[in-house]
Amino acid sequence: MKPAAFTYFSPSSLDQAVSLLADHAPEAKPLAGGQSLIPMMNFRLAQPRYLIDLNRIPELSYIREADGTLAIGTMTRQFEAERSELVGRTVPLLTEALRFTGHPTIRHRGTVGGALAHADPAAELPALAVALGAELVARGPAGTRTILAGEFFLGPLSTALAPDELLVEVRVPRLPPGTGWAFLELSRRHGDFAIVGVAAVLTLAPDRRIERASLALCGAGPKPIRAARAEAALAGSEPSEERFREAGEIAAQEIDPDSDLHASADYRRRVAAVLVRRALVQAHRRATEGR
Amino acid sequence: MADLHAIKVTVNGVPYEATVESRLLLADFLRDHLGLVGIHLGCEHGVCGACTVLFDGRSVRSCLLFAVQANGAEIMTVEGLARDSELHPLQEAFRDKQGLQCGFCTPGMLMRAYEFLQENPNPTEEEIREAIAGNLCRCTGYQFIVEAIQDAAARMAVASR
Repeated sequence: MKPAAFTYFSPSSLDQAVSLLADHAPEAKPLAGGQSLIPMMNFRLAQPRYLIDLNRIPELSYIREADGTLAIGTMTRQFEAERSELVGRTVPLLTEALRFTGHPTIRHRGTVGGALAHADPAAELPALAVALGAELVARGPAGTRTILAGEFFLGPLSTALAPDELLVEVRVPRLPPGTGWAFLELSRRHGDFAIVGVAAVLTLAPDRRIERASLALCGAGPKPIRAARAEAALAGSEPSEERFREAGEIAAQEIDPDSDLHASADYRRRVAAVLVRRALVQAHRRATEGR
Repeated sequence: MADLHAIKVTVNGVPYEATVESRLLLADFLRDHLGLVGIHLGCEHGVCGACTVLFDGRSVRSCLLFAVQANGAEIMTVEGLARDSELHPLQEAFRDKQGLQCGFCTPGMLMRAYEFLQENPNPTEEEIREAIAGNLCRCTGYQFIVEAIQDAAARMAVASR
């Protein structure tokens, strides 16, 4: 099928884009990488009257570090973030998870911000943002505001962004010393949407106990699920295979997956338990090796 | 009243100017306006990879771009692989190794393989399989496609000595 007709704008600055969005909201949609929006438009599941192309706004594409925080402009292509040496040094979990995001061809156009604003429940980047405690910076006609990742994702394809707001930056704190991480995903083929995915961040205290654990799952509910009870069970404890297995079992009960064509809810829970355990094992190994 | 935009695009080294409706997909522009029917539309939602072209040197799904977004871009399609009547080593390898049956996925496979071999001229079988994981084939079962890409890599290594 072909998209419904729309009026197309291609602003060359963020100010112009915000202004256009304000003028035409709620019938306007920003176009980032288009790898999720254009399929929906081709199916006519989305029929925006106005499309505001963000791809000619260079000021939205950057990767920087300041004061221990990685700042990524939302129009940064996923493949650039994946190959970025700075990202690899500061938040290597992001590098790892991006390798599971679609295929290289998709990542040539897909953007870091677009995946977050689109908020597909099976997508990797939203779960990453939650696991990493990212801050999302939005700009609208009234100005700029910061939204915590944990409060940003509301439901399937639904976020805290107002119809006249654009995501402009993602901020991720640099992983502290003594921290390990892992991203694991089950899918039919590498590059497909996750049946279940797990992002794990584990920080060890100097005495090797778990100081902090962060676990977020994709494909496990209407939005990224923070396995808060599993995290609480891990905090302060001695790391062990048994502990990680228990955390997996707890996390499996915290998620709220659907049954669909690809997997039953029960299967997703079982897989979640296994992936959480494996992710914690891997994160722990990386945390101890880092010392 | 259609929303029309003037664009300038270079495709396979040839400059074109056109006026396009904003909702016209890049794939449809290349096929219908420029006659480059090597671009195939298998799904129109970014899953199958048959519409893969190079856009400013990188593979993209032309069904997930509007023609108007290609203003100022350099595009390479499968028609740009051969030099006059001389096939590219990839095309020769696909022919000789039977890397196609119906040929529908083939242009996308070729463009992706072309890009991939530039990045990784001496890939393992595993690396090839992963590289083309975003391109679907309904006929071959992929085995001969993988062998064709291996063969092409060998031919191109010889040629560059």
